[in-house]
Amino acid sequence: MLMSQILKNDRGGQIMLAVLAAVLIVVPILNLAVADTSPLHVPTYLVTLMGKYLTYALLAVAVDLVWGYLGILSLGHGAFFALGGYAMGMYLMRQIGDRGVYGNAELPDFMVFLNWKELPWFWQGFDMFWFAMLMVLFVPGLLAFVFGWLAFRSRVTGVYLSIMTQAMTYALMWAFLRNEMGFGGNNGLTDFKDLLGFSLQSDYTRVALFIGSGLALAIGYLLCRYVINSKLGRITVAIRDAESRTRFVGYKVENYKVWIFTFSAMLAGVAGALYVPQVGIINPSEFSPLNSIEIVIWVAMGGRATLYGAVLGAILVNYAKTLFTGLMPESWLFMLGALFVLVTLYLPRGLAGVWAGLKISFGRKREVAA
Amino acid sequence: MSEGEGAHFYREGALDTSHKAILYLEGLNVSFDGFKAINDLNLYIDAGELRCIIGPNGAGKTTMMDIITGKTKPDSGKAFFGQTIDLLKLSEPEIANAGIGRKFQKPTVFESHSVAENLELAMKGDKRVWFSLRAKLNAEQQALIDETLQTIGLTEHYHKQAGALSHGQKQWLEIGMLLVQKPYLLLVDEPVAGMTHQEMDRTAELLKSLAGKHSVVVVEHDMEFVRSIANKVTVLHQGSVLAEGSMDEVQQNPRVVEVYLGE
Repeated sequence: MLMSQILKNDRGGQIMLAVLAAVLIVVPILNLAVADTSPLHVPTYLVTLMGKYLTYALLAVAVDLVWGYLGILSLGHGAFFALGGYAMGMYLMRQIGDRGVYGNAELPDFMVFLNWKELPWFWQGFDMFWFAMLMVLFVPGLLAFVFGWLAFRSRVTGVYLSIMTQAMTYALMWAFLRNEMGFGGNNGLTDFKDLLGFSLQSDYTRVALFIGSGLALAIGYLLCRYVINSKLGRITVAIRDAESRTRFVGYKVENYKVWIFTFSAMLAGVAGALYVPQVGIINPSEFSPLNSIEIVIWVAMGGRATLYGAVLGAILVNYAKTLFTGLMPESWLFMLGALFVLVTLYLPRGLAGVWAGLKISFGRKREVAA
Repeated sequence: MSEGEGAHFYREGALDTSHKAILYLEGLNVSFDGFKAINDLNLYIDAGELRCIIGPNGAGKTTMMDIITGKTKPDSGKAFFGQTIDLLKLSEPEIANAGIGRKFQKPTVFESHSVAENLELAMKGDKRVWFSLRAKLNAEQQALIDETLQTIGLTEHYHKQAGALSHGQKQWLEIGMLLVQKPYLLLVDEPVAGMTHQEMDRTAELLKSLAGKHSVVVVEHDMEFVRSIANKVTVLHQGSVLAEGSMDEVQQNPRVVEVYLGE
């Protein structure tokens, strides 16, 4: 079968997807079918929290594809995530209809507040779910394509490129903060009511979003793995390791970079679109440069160029974040920084590297024994 | 060279070696900031020949290679590949596609790929993004990989990561990466630098086995190695040809002796 072929030689991915499948089956049952009073019951807030982690994991996979395999350290993937989120948020805003504070069926509350008389052109069509979903892919994809086309053709690489990606997300943050931009300014988009007619407060919708996030992660993972297993993937790694040599052999390196970068941005957009209905808000803080840097830390923590490591890193770091920002809110940033330093120093290949290391030493022992 | 003129129609892109020679360099001049790196250089390489080029540092060996591969444009002179292909009109990738392969001094292979994958990546073929996503090795390409591995003696390292190869093996792999592009002319820059004696012997065997099927130009400092492979040696000095002939002839040439031992 196609799937087993994609996952051949990817033990980490097999395990990750198996665990994911189990979680996607068990958690909804424990939430919906087990009584509130039972100790086994999983409360809805936890389902949503896990759903949020899964969207982060997809985002981390997208970053690992460009960083781990193509060698482009993108410090701007938060922007693609946020743009996907805004596209979804715009659809959710239109779904509110006349249930807003001002009761205007056509205009979202913040536009009424700004005294706008009609919907701006770029809000047209977002009342249609299919159109919004298209934009979730198209807008981040287009930005990545244009950005990549300009940057890679000019052969901007390394630190300079990272700084440019950082500047890109920073500029977008300031743009979206402006009320005149028409995306709700500082407050962003919020007060969502329902998605495709289903109330976002309902347990069933929340569980469906959780499952949707898990499926998106699985599909995104398999797509990335498929790309990496192909000759395209081997060329990608060749570009990472010896860019000028790859060019010399006859590959148009910039084309490869642009397409991988664009594909990765689209995955990030999907992650953002699934994130927004679960957290209930999207605002310009998602564009903050720090957010994009955090994603890179997840990937470094989990282990670059493994994909499943990115999933592991994203979930573990965010779980720790939830835990410690609850216990000692001030300490989290220090811990994150310390974690990053420690991982860079002692686990250059991340957690996935530890696992691979264990496997090798275990295999050696077995060989000796045999 | 004038006898054939007029009898040949100029066919763009097709290699024509009907007059035996595959490479013609005539009256080349290059200077960098007043320094004449190449000074009225004339050199002809025959099809299927294995030629060694020697010369002291600054003799213009690397600059000459740069001109042939399109990296440097000469101030004046002619460079033809076969009868018909004007190298001075082509860009670097076009020259590579026309069938001139160059091996640089420092081996650069794709370290995290296997030996066979290195050859796969270097192979001729459709190199567009969307094609690569679906590309599979066909029987012919697989056969070419196997055959090339045989030639460069790395068959038993088929699945080995290229980064784990020894220095000499990397050099051979890089020659293999040129061979899968099916070049007519191979330019090899100091292939045995840093090699052990055993590796040198194998490299000599390899280069000799390539001659005939390909034309090979080797630039090398190691005289012992040059003696072991060359029929014909060209000595460059101050950007032009000082002497040409068999190794023995060249070594007895008083001007060569003067350049190498005198001064």
